[in-house]
Amino acid sequence: MGYANRILRVNLTTGTCQAEPLNEKWAQLYLGSRGLASRYLVAEVDPKVDPLSPENKLIFATGPLTGTIASTGGRYTVVTKGPLTGAIACSNSGGFFGAELKFAGWDMIIFEGRAEKPVYLYVEDDQAELRDASELWGKSVWETEEWIKAKHQDPLIRVSSIGRAGENQVLFSCIVNDLHRAAGRSGVGAVMGSKHLKAVAVRGTKGVKVKDLKRFLEATNAAKQVLAINPVTSQGLPKYGTQVLMNVINEVGALPTRNMREVQFEGADAISGEAMHRPRPSDGKPQLVTNAACFGCTIACGRISKIDKNHFTVKNSPKYWGASGGLEYEAAWALGADTGVDDLEALQYANLLCNEQGMDPISFGSTVAAVMELYERGVLTAEQIGFPAPFGSAEALTKLAELTANGEGFGRDVGLGSKRLCEKYGHPELSMTVKGQEFPAYDPRGIQGMGLAYATSNRGACHLRGYTVASEILGIPEKTDPLTTEGKPELVKAFQDATGAFDSAGICVFTSFAWTVADIAPQLNAAIPGEWTPERLLEVGERVWNLERWFNTRAGFSAKDDTLPKRLLEEPASTGPAKGMVNRLGEMLPKYYEVRGWTADGVPKPETLARLGVDV
Amino acid sequence: MTQVTLKLFASLSDYLPAAERVGNRVVVEVAPDATVAQLLDRFAVPAEQAKLVLRNGVYLAPEERATTRLADGDEIAVWPPVAGG
Repeated sequence: MGYANRILRVNLTTGTCQAEPLNEKWAQLYLGSRGLASRYLVAEVDPKVDPLSPENKLIFATGPLTGTIASTGGRYTVVTKGPLTGAIACSNSGGFFGAELKFAGWDMIIFEGRAEKPVYLYVEDDQAELRDASELWGKSVWETEEWIKAKHQDPLIRVSSIGRAGENQVLFSCIVNDLHRAAGRSGVGAVMGSKHLKAVAVRGTKGVKVKDLKRFLEATNAAKQVLAINPVTSQGLPKYGTQVLMNVINEVGALPTRNMREVQFEGADAISGEAMHRPRPSDGKPQLVTNAACFGCTIACGRISKIDKNHFTVKNSPKYWGASGGLEYEAAWALGADTGVDDLEALQYANLLCNEQGMDPISFGSTVAAVMELYERGVLTAEQIGFPAPFGSAEALTKLAELTANGEGFGRDVGLGSKRLCEKYGHPELSMTVKGQEFPAYDPRGIQGMGLAYATSNRGACHLRGYTVASEILGIPEKTDPLTTEGKPELVKAFQDATGAFDSAGICVFTSFAWTVADIAPQLNAAIPGEWTPERLLEVGERVWNLERWFNTRAGFSAKDDTLPKRLLEEPASTGPAKGMVNRLGEMLPKYYEVRGWTADGVPKPETLARLGVDV
Repeated sequence: MTQVTLKLFASLSDYLPAAERVGNRVVVEVAPDATVAQLLDRFAVPAEQAKLVLRNGVYLAPEERATTRLADGDEIAVWPPVAGG
C-alpha cells in the first residue's frame, strides 16, 4: 500500500532482470526514495569503490507518495556513489517518469555491473528486459526519447536517459527525463554511461494503491488547500518561477559573480525572471512562453521558453527554435552571473544544450567561470582553449557548452569539473567547490548559514540539502539575519533533517515553502503502513543524514573536507550589505557537530547512530 | 532634497509608472522626513503584498517601515511573497 512492495534488480553484466520484495523493515526506517535507496546503496556498495567501475551501483527510486494524487507526487531519485565528488550522490527529478515507474509496479530499480554493449531497459508493467541500444549511442536525450517511443509505437512511454555528456563520462553529466527534467547533480549520468546504459523506458498501467483511500483523498486535498492559499506556492512560483530570485539575491549582496570574486552582478536584471517576461527588441516576444507542472503538481513552477531565433547561437539551427525547458534560477546564475554573461538568449542556448546532451548547468557554468578566471590571469591562453574566453563572453560560454557536450577539444577539460581542471592547471584555489562539487547561486559571505550548509552537505556544495536561504532571506518559516552566525548550526540541522523527510516521501521540496512535515504526516498515514508523526518524519530525515555521513566517512571524507574555498573564508565581499565580510564557518562548525551528536572530528558517535537506529 | 530609488519587482512592477517598468525602478524625490511606508503608499503598493522590503539590501521588518526615515541615496527594493531555489 503506497509502496509497490517490489524492486527490480538489473544485472547489466549478465543481462538479467529479477523482481524481489521490498525490504519493508527498511521502508519503515528510511521511508523511500532518497532515504531507502541510500540504505540499499550502503548495504550493497563498498564506499571505497571506483564510482565509474562495474562495482558501483545505480539506483532509481520512487517514494511512497510518488505516483499518487498527493501534490507534487511525481519525484524520483537517483542514488549512487558520485564520480564528481567520490561521496554518496543523490539526485532528484520531477517530470513524469517517476510516477510511471510506480504505475508499472516498481518502487525501485537497482542497476549493477556493466553491459558489454550499449543497452536500454524497457519496462512494461511486470515485464522488464534489456534491449540493444547500439543505434542510440551517440544520440542526444531528445533523439533517444523520440527513437524509443517510435520503436515501441507508444507515445505514452516515459524515458529517462543520458546524452553524449553521460556517454563521454563528463563528471557533471546528468540523467534527463521527459526532455528537460533532470537528476542533475554530482555526475550520476557518468555512472550510467560507464555502465553502457543509455536509457530506461517505462510504461505502467497498474496505478498505485493506498491504505485508506477515503482518508487519503481527505489528507491530500487538505494539503493542496495549504498550497493553494499560500501566496508563494499559488502565485509567486507559478508566475515567476525560481528565477524571481535573481534580483533578490543580487540586492542582498549574495549573488556570486565572476567565479565568486564579487557578490553583485551589474547584469542581474538582464538575466532575471522579470527579464524573461519582457518583450525582446528583436521579435517583440518574451522568452518565457508559459509555466509548466510536473506529475501531480499544483504549484507549476517550471519554465517553458522560446529562444530568439535570430540569436547568433541558433539562427542556423531550427531544432532549437521550438518551446522547450527554460531557465531556472540556479542555471541562469551559473551560466550568467558566475561567468559575467548578461545575454539571456545565450544563457538559454547553453541551457538547451545542457538538457539536450545531459549536463548539470550549475557545475558546467561554474567550471566555465573558473576557465575564464584562469584565462584572465594568463594561465590559460586562447590557443589552449581554442578562442578567447574572458568573463562576459557569450561566444566563449556557448562554444564551451558545445565542446563539452560533445566531448571535443577543450571541452574535454571542462568536462572534468572545476576542481580537477583547476588542479590540472596549477591553481586549485580557484575552484569554487566543496568536496569536488561546484557551488550554486548563494554567496556564503552574504548568507552565513549557507556556508555551513555547503560545507556539511553530504553531496558537496549544494543548496538543496539545507536551504537556509528560505529563512535567512525570504523569511520562511521565520526571518533570521543572514549576516550573523548565531543559531545557524541549529537552523542548518533543522533544514537538513526536514529536507531528508520531504525527499524520502517522493514529493517536491518546493512544497516546503508552504508545508511542514505536519502536512506530510496525514498523507503518509492514509497511504502506507505505520503511524507517521511530524517527529517521526524529522527523525527519518536525521537518520538519512547520518546514514549518508556514515557512507562518506568510510569513503574517506573527514572534518577537513567540511570546508569552503579560501576565497570565501579570506577574501571579503567588496559591495553590498556583507561588504567587508567573509564566511565565518569556524564559528559554526564545532557547534554543528555538537548538535548533530558527532565527535569534534565530525564523525557520528556510536550512541547517535544507535539512537537513530542507523543499523549499519 | 532627498532623492531615493524605489525598485518594485515581480508582480509589484505594475505599481510603477508604465514607462519605468522595464528595469523595475524609479528615482523619486521625497520629503526630508518621509518614511519607507509613506513611499510605498505613494505608489499604492498594498502593505500585504510588500512581503520582502530591503533598504540598501538590508531587510526591513514590517513594524520598522513606518518609522524608518529615508536618507538621500537610499534604495528601497520590494517583492511580493516569492521563493525559488
